[in-house]
Amino acid sequence: MGQALAEEKLLESLRAGNEEAFRELVREYQPSLVRVARIYVSNQAAAEDVAAETWLGVLKGLDRFEGRSSLRTWIFRILTNIAKTRAVRDGRTLPFSALQDPGRVPEAAVDADRFLDPEHPRWPGHWAVKPEAWPEDALLAAETRDRLTEAIEALPATQRAVISLRDIEGWSSEEVRNALDLSETNQRVLLHRARSKVRAALEEYLKEAGT
Amino acid sequence: MNEQVEQLSCQELVELVTDYLEGALPEEARLRFEDHIGRCGACKIYLEQMRQTIVVLGHLPEAALSPDAERELLQAFRGWRSG
Ligand SMILES: [Zn+2]
Repeated sequence: MGQALAEEKLLESLRAGNEEAFRELVREYQPSLVRVARIYVSNQAAAEDVAAETWLGVLKGLDRFEGRSSLRTWIFRILTNIAKTRAVRDGRTLPFSALQDPGRVPEAAVDADRFLDPEHPRWPGHWAVKPEAWPEDALLAAETRDRLTEAIEALPATQRAVISLRDIEGWSSEEVRNALDLSETNQRVLLHRARSKVRAALEEYLKEAGT
Repeated sequence: MNEQVEQLSCQELVELVTDYLEGALPEEARLRFEDHIGRCGACKIYLEQMRQTIVVLGHLPEAALSPDAERELLQAFRGWRSG
């Protein structure tokens, strides 16, 4: 309820032409808009264009916005429409199958060669190369953050969007599902793959850094 | 009645970590998961690493809007208000 009330207030300010309210809104959503746009368009510059166009669409629709969905959901719907149109114009094939059914292509969270054979007589599927505890201080180092950013950049666009909204921006899984139009299961599959890969990248880096 | 509950292997467990952290595992699966974690140091470390990964992700700086782009948007906002 608190959130709905805050949104009501924000809408009022925007409609009254409060510039500071608009600036805040833009600052809050811009990173997520660009990340989600990247699912549909091929590069960062195009994604930023899509985000800018989205804000214009938001302004155009603001007076007609009736609050039947949350403001956030509404903004992301505008973004998705613009991004899809742009992708079609640029002749890109949309990764719909990837968004709708990521489970079709299996992907292991951890390389199979880290485990003993599933038919191993004594320890089937147990760790062959065990993970080792990470040093706390290295985790917080600036260089670790750079590696993390690289690992996220290397993800497929849909996985990148999910992990960015969920873990970097701190959205709830329901909000992520609504913004990206994903089922609960698919959202979780994408999140799982993204987190698993980022963990693996961190592990590799911290091992290198530690030796 | 002394039927053995089928145990998770480590390789199976790592695929359930997100479901576990998201609270999406059914009761029985959650108990099997926690039972394994309680007895397997390596998987316990793995789970901890996943948690640490999420924490570090939460501390990444967000990509900011360039001052130019922000100025343009504010201009559009002013135009919208007066138009
Ligand atoms: Zn284990």
